[in-house]
Amino acid sequence: MRWIWIDRFLEFHRGKSARAIKSLSMAEDYFGDHFPGYPVMPGTLILEGLAQTGGVLVGEVNDFHEKVVLAKIPWARFYREALPGEQLIYDAEVLHLRPEGAVVGGKVTVDDELIAEAEVFFAFLDKSSSPQAFGDQNFVFSGELKHLLGLVKVLADRTG
Amino acid sequence: MPNQEEIYSKVSATLMEALNVDEEEIKPTSTLQGDLGAESIDFLDIVFRLEREFGIKIPRGELFPESIFQGDPEFVQNGKVTEKGLSELRARMPYADLREFEKNPEIRAISDLFTVDMITRYIQGKLGEPSNN
Repeated sequence: MRWIWIDRFLEFHRGKSARAIKSLSMAEDYFGDHFPGYPVMPGTLILEGLAQTGGVLVGEVNDFHEKVVLAKIPWARFYREALPGEQLIYDAEVLHLRPEGAVVGGKVTVDDELIAEAEVFFAFLDKSSSPQAFGDQNFVFSGELKHLLGLVKVLADRTG
Repeated sequence: MPNQEEIYSKVSATLMEALNVDEEEIKPTSTLQGDLGAESIDFLDIVFRLEREFGIKIPRGELFPESIFQGDPEFVQNGKVTEKGLSELRARMPYADLREFEKNPEIRAISDLFTVDMITRYIQGKLGEPSNN
């Protein structure tokens, strides 16, 4: 399964903030069931996109050596549903960053209208748990999440 | 420097946010895990919030020492903290109230040391340090 809930980064300011875009396509599987005849993006997936935006933002600070996991969402608010055909803009801002973890504040907008916001708390597994409890392999940034930043560079080169 | 009452009320507000509890649930003697339902990840969240709220730095493991004894038999025997373990606790957590714990120092009761009062005293001590003024 492709578990990637942002399409591309639009802005990336190391250790500070990031902006990503997610276009909602009717072809996405979940719209068939959530809900039949009334397709809306599940709030949990909206949060996942926000967590991926923020997770890459804080993971990049240590060149993706840390295993960054979503530990907790202290609060989240949803203002309206997100529908197929819409483009979500994820804005994530680092509120707190330490060796053991980070807190990111996030907003989700569609055409400048705030549709959801949340605080996302990340733990860095090796620094917040017993050393090596989770092994050497970084299963968080093993593939596509890390490649998203590569895509930003490709596009930046093209547009100069 | 804020007085103890002001610190306590800020600590309470911090715990309300971090643990999603109501104000009336929080008492000075409330234990974070037993009474307020804190889980391990919440401790890091609480530390972050306290740092922001009070503008202080809380070094890792200072407020909530992790696995203090690491199963060391000098400190823990038969599920109880030894005399040596108790003096280690006093040294590592001078802001904790050990009086009740000392009567029956079972290792599994150690989480009861983490109370709202304990955090308040810790912050009070921290704000009194010259580097934080």
